[in-house]
Amino acid sequence: MKTIKPFFRVVILLCAVAMVASLKFPVWKIILEAPQYPEGLKMEIWSDKIAGDVDKINGLNHYIGMGLILDENFPELKIIPYCVVIMGVLGLLVAATGKRWALWLFVIYQFIFGTWGMYRFWYWEYEYGHNLDPHAAIKIEGMAYQPPLIGWKQLLNFVAGSFPDIGGLLVIIPSVIIVLILLYEQFLRKN
Amino acid sequence: MKTLTFKSIGIVAACIAAAGIISSCKPKKVDSALSGDAASKVYVAPGKYDEVYLFTSGGFSGQIGVYGIPSGRMLKQVPVFSMDAETGWGYSEETKPMLMTSHGFVPWDDSHHPQLSRMEGQADGRWLFINANNTPRIARLDLGVFKTREIIELPNTGGNHASPFTTQNTEYVVGASRFSVPYDKQGDEAIAEYKDKFKGTISFVKVDKETGRMNLNFQLLVPGVDYDLARAGKAVSDGWVFFSCYNSEKAHSLLEVNASQRDKDFIMAVNWKKAEEYLAAGKGQKWPANYAHNVYDEATHTATTTMVKEVTVLDVKDLPGVCYYIPCPKSPHGCDVDPTGEYICASGKLAAVIPVYSFSKMIKAIEAKDFEGDFDGVPVIKYEAALDGEVERPGLGPLHTEFDANGNAYTSFFVSSEIVKWNVKTKQIIDRVPTYYSIGHLCVPMGDNITPYGKYVIALNKITKDRYLPTGPELTQSAQLYDISGEKMQLLLDFPTIGEPHYAQACPAEIVRKHEVKFYKLENNNHAAAVKNEKDAKVVRTGNDVHIYASAIRSHFTPDNIEGVKVGDNVYFHVTNLEQDWDVPHGFSIKGANNAELLILPGETATLKWVPDRAGVFPMYCTDFCSALHQEMQGYIRVSPAGSNPTLKYSTGEEAATVAK
Repeated sequence: MKTIKPFFRVVILLCAVAMVASLKFPVWKIILEAPQYPEGLKMEIWSDKIAGDVDKINGLNHYIGMGLILDENFPELKIIPYCVVIMGVLGLLVAATGKRWALWLFVIYQFIFGTWGMYRFWYWEYEYGHNLDPHAAIKIEGMAYQPPLIGWKQLLNFVAGSFPDIGGLLVIIPSVIIVLILLYEQFLRKN
Repeated sequence: MKTLTFKSIGIVAACIAAAGIISSCKPKKVDSALSGDAASKVYVAPGKYDEVYLFTSGGFSGQIGVYGIPSGRMLKQVPVFSMDAETGWGYSEETKPMLMTSHGFVPWDDSHHPQLSRMEGQADGRWLFINANNTPRIARLDLGVFKTREIIELPNTGGNHASPFTTQNTEYVVGASRFSVPYDKQGDEAIAEYKDKFKGTISFVKVDKETGRMNLNFQLLVPGVDYDLARAGKAVSDGWVFFSCYNSEKAHSLLEVNASQRDKDFIMAVNWKKAEEYLAAGKGQKWPANYAHNVYDEATHTATTTMVKEVTVLDVKDLPGVCYYIPCPKSPHGCDVDPTGEYICASGKLAAVIPVYSFSKMIKAIEAKDFEGDFDGVPVIKYEAALDGEVERPGLGPLHTEFDANGNAYTSFFVSSEIVKWNVKTKQIIDRVPTYYSIGHLCVPMGDNITPYGKYVIALNKITKDRYLPTGPELTQSAQLYDISGEKMQLLLDFPTIGEPHYAQACPAEIVRKHEVKFYKLENNNHAAAVKNEKDAKVVRTGNDVHIYASAIRSHFTPDNIEGVKVGDNVYFHVTNLEQDWDVPHGFSIKGANNAELLILPGETATLKWVPDRAGVFPMYCTDFCSALHQEMQGYIRVSPAGSNPTLKYSTGEEAATVAK
């Protein structure tokens, strides 16, 4: 079996570097806009921490009885940085060996890691959005405050938006490229 | 490779399209653009007058702001509950008694709700009342002179918030305790005894029809919850006052949580005419009290404090027919009566609807005894029995409602930061506009009268944020003007305000200008130390007190050279402004004075106390630019060491002077 085209191996190497570089940027953002917050509040989800206006958001959330958003509540934040490094190492392996099986391994790993990551994100959104303090000042019958997985949603006076941030794009765009390379190598490349 | 390229392009294009779709799903914001003719609607040409006077509460400044509408130009700050160095309010000997209370001299307060005096439910432009929330008091301003003329302290009251809401013919201004407190055992009770021992009170302060003079006629002892806001009934509901109450949980700690638990708190309806009957029948108990009643006499230009030692208290649970509760969703705040007097709109801060009660249904329910029980001995009318209807899904955090003359209501929403216009009869929402940001009260000119003037609504906002050039961490307070003459509300103007404006009231300028005073007549000046003629100026020593009876006229003081004062003397400058023309005040200041200047209006006498702390020659001068030779309006006072024996002498424009007798 032939090895992967040298050009693609370089691209994969760059993709792996980009993925590891995502550790230095926020991966996902949740944006809240309201009439009195025209500039918006932004919560940044990094691989290893929650940052941005999270303190202000916690302050607002207490009216509806939402739990405090704190790093220590999310065990994932301790694991994800290693998962990202492993992803980078796998990318390096593909680039170094040029083996198609390594590329498969890389893509499957990305798929599992990505699916698990999005599931956990949804899970926490659900938990925080539904598990509200029954003694909260503002209680609205049947109202939950789960932000969207991706896109916009109106939550009381806030419009909540959920989108990948720079770090997220540094993982998603390379993932798409790598899948395309795999598809090409597997199905289209003439011997 | 070509296929791949096409595929890649296809996939990338699909991604972009998906991203585009997701982004475009963003819920739309309300359009906040100004339309073209806003500027012309607020433009008042130089030299022209505004159409409406707006009186805003100064909030924690303790004062009143006066603005012209529609320009939003600030015209004056009237000192009320806080000392004001600019005018000498609370610094001059004549005005110090105005800030006296049973706690002694209180130099500050938190003023919330201006109320214009009214006759037959219409603003008459005579007086403006305002409450002090912290050390409970009610002040009366005279709108002829735009000055505070009376302040009465309310005994047995913890936080005078639901005040000074005014009855249809200004028979009464009310004051209700925001904080219930214990009254037994001189109030020395454990806080944990709140449920059993804490009580609220409602003060009914009677206002004299001719003079405006206030008098605490009686107090109602009511169940211990937090009384928040009120409105007097009018027309059909004249004779009643409606109060909103929160904390029917009777919490005494962490109220943000503990007072937000019950689905319903109350509106309290009080039949004050009935209470007056019980009072006349001798049902009141005399409670010992000690509260200050401060009156400024315009003839003597001097305020006096009278300590009142007794108050008549009526316990509502012993007096059937005076007091009823109506359930109201979640922590009601505003409690507003529509122009017909028939509808009472209550705004639960945390509620999802605005309940509108019908006065006539309430009366029927009372007659039919359609009660769901009682709360501390006060009957609770069934919610549905008094309810006319609910405004559905109006917005988030409803606070206050004002009215126009066409059957529409305007409700402010703090959380969703908007004003919502709705029809009182149909309860249908007609329009909504955003406010910048987080509106509290709102004001329609004469919006609580039987015939509102309408035309504008003024939003009194709690957050200013990015609306003005920044001024460090503390930003300006702000109001906004909207045109409500059409079906749709239209934003016209932002303008800054002093303090935090809570409520404001407004009325057409001519209603106030009827009472306009341009200056005080010297011939009516009965101040004991007035100098009506320069020849009468003099200096008199009585022990350590030196009284300087002086006059001020463009551009000199008489006397302006004074000798014979000693270190440690109590020197009183009694300065009379001899001018008899509009807009010629004189200021008076002296180096090292531990208080403020005097600002003396034409025909007025004011007194500054000064205790010289060192020997020397001290300059004094006029602070208000009065004439071309204002800068020459100055003088000297010589201070000799304590224990010396200088001759007391004084003069103006001649050498060495009259020797004091």
